[in-house]
Amino acid sequence: MQIRVTVNGTAHDSDVEPRTLLVHYVREVLGLTGTNIGCDTSSCGACSLHLDGEAVKSCTILAAQADGCEVTTIEGMAAADGSLHPMQQAFMENHALQCGYCTPGMVMAATSLLQENPHPTEEEVRLGLEGNLCRCTGYHNIVQAVLAAAGGH
Amino acid sequence: MIPAAFDYIRAGSAEEAISLIGQHGDDAKLLAGGHSLLPLMKLRLAQPAVLIDIARIPDLSYIRDAGDHIAIGALTRHMDVEKSPILAEHVPLLAHAAGHVGDPQVRHRGTIGGSIAHSDSASDLPATTLALGATYVAQGPNGTREIAAADFFQGFLQTALAEDELLTEIRVPKMHGAGWSFQKFNRRAQDWAIVGVAAWRRGTESGVGLVNMGSTPILATSVATAIASGASVADAAELAAAESDPQSDLNATPEYRVHLAKVLVRRALETASA
Repeated sequence: MQIRVTVNGTAHDSDVEPRTLLVHYVREVLGLTGTNIGCDTSSCGACSLHLDGEAVKSCTILAAQADGCEVTTIEGMAAADGSLHPMQQAFMENHALQCGYCTPGMVMAATSLLQENPHPTEEEVRLGLEGNLCRCTGYHNIVQAVLAAAGGH
Repeated sequence: MIPAAFDYIRAGSAEEAISLIGQHGDDAKLLAGGHSLLPLMKLRLAQPAVLIDIARIPDLSYIRDAGDHIAIGALTRHMDVEKSPILAEHVPLLAHAAGHVGDPQVRHRGTIGGSIAHSDSASDLPATTLALGATYVAQGPNGTREIAAADFFQGFLQTALAEDELLTEIRVPKMHGAGWSFQKFNRRAQDWAIVGVAAWRRGTESGVGLVNMGSTPILATSVATAIASGASVADAAELAAAESDPQSDLNATPEYRVHLAKVLVRRALETASA
């Protein structure tokens, strides 16, 4: 079936099977492999991206459901001149990643969180990132990074 | 990870969706937020031949003050139920419970109608709306009808919806300042409840719904009857599992679930009675 999805500002017209997951569409059809797949159960959040501005789990969405919508992936977060998004900068400065596998999903979830709650408490950050699992860091520096990006703690 | 192949049809209206279900019958499943259905399809536990996408049907996402109750469109997302000022004022138990469904990414997609129509007994909103005495509105080829929550959940993933009916609205009575509590017992963030309790109380009136204590969400009527007849919270809570048929799984034995239900009902009623 035909779909049109705008990804990181560029419209793509594609012919996909209805069962194509959005995560497979961005990774395999569009070649945007920054979005990761970490589980089979919609738990880990490594596949998180923005659909019409809100963080969603792209492994649990059909590409067909994104027809006519705007998608932002991790590749779309840095500015055109390559300078990092403030959330990416905060992750870097606060050592909020080790292996980096959860990081794209964390950045997408965290930026969506701050859009909805610009000045969260630490508890609100931890609850707001409930949909994202990290096996390396123990979350501490991720939380610090999000609080830093929100303008201090 | 990859669902079995299916045909995908987008319905533009409730009438079109109903007509399509009628046409395809057992071969078809409705797709709203997809966060109950798609995980099952990715594990191939569900393999519908046809998916009817109803998510873009206009005018089925709303939260309205309808006088004695709040009317919620079936396509209203959990995030919108959670953040609704109307629900915060009039049905805070439901707004709070919606904030416990899954995680923020799930709440951006999942819908209250989808959760109730899917009717997993381990879901939060079926038990919560059951405890609140909600009415569900179903639309079929011959018109609409109202179904009381107490009559709606009929078996494991089975509801009173006819095969060609669409759940369109959830009507929840206003709580009028009743005390309330939502107890979701799990070991990790974003887990399903091992056992959950949704409770409200106003004087001798109360409602207690149980999550994951049977093949359907459970209305703990014995607890409410005990409260009405003046029993203490502790005594009423001992009856928590009277209507239940808890299952055994990786997380808990039936005996542990019964114990949890009594503890959580007591805690919930203590908070709701304060």
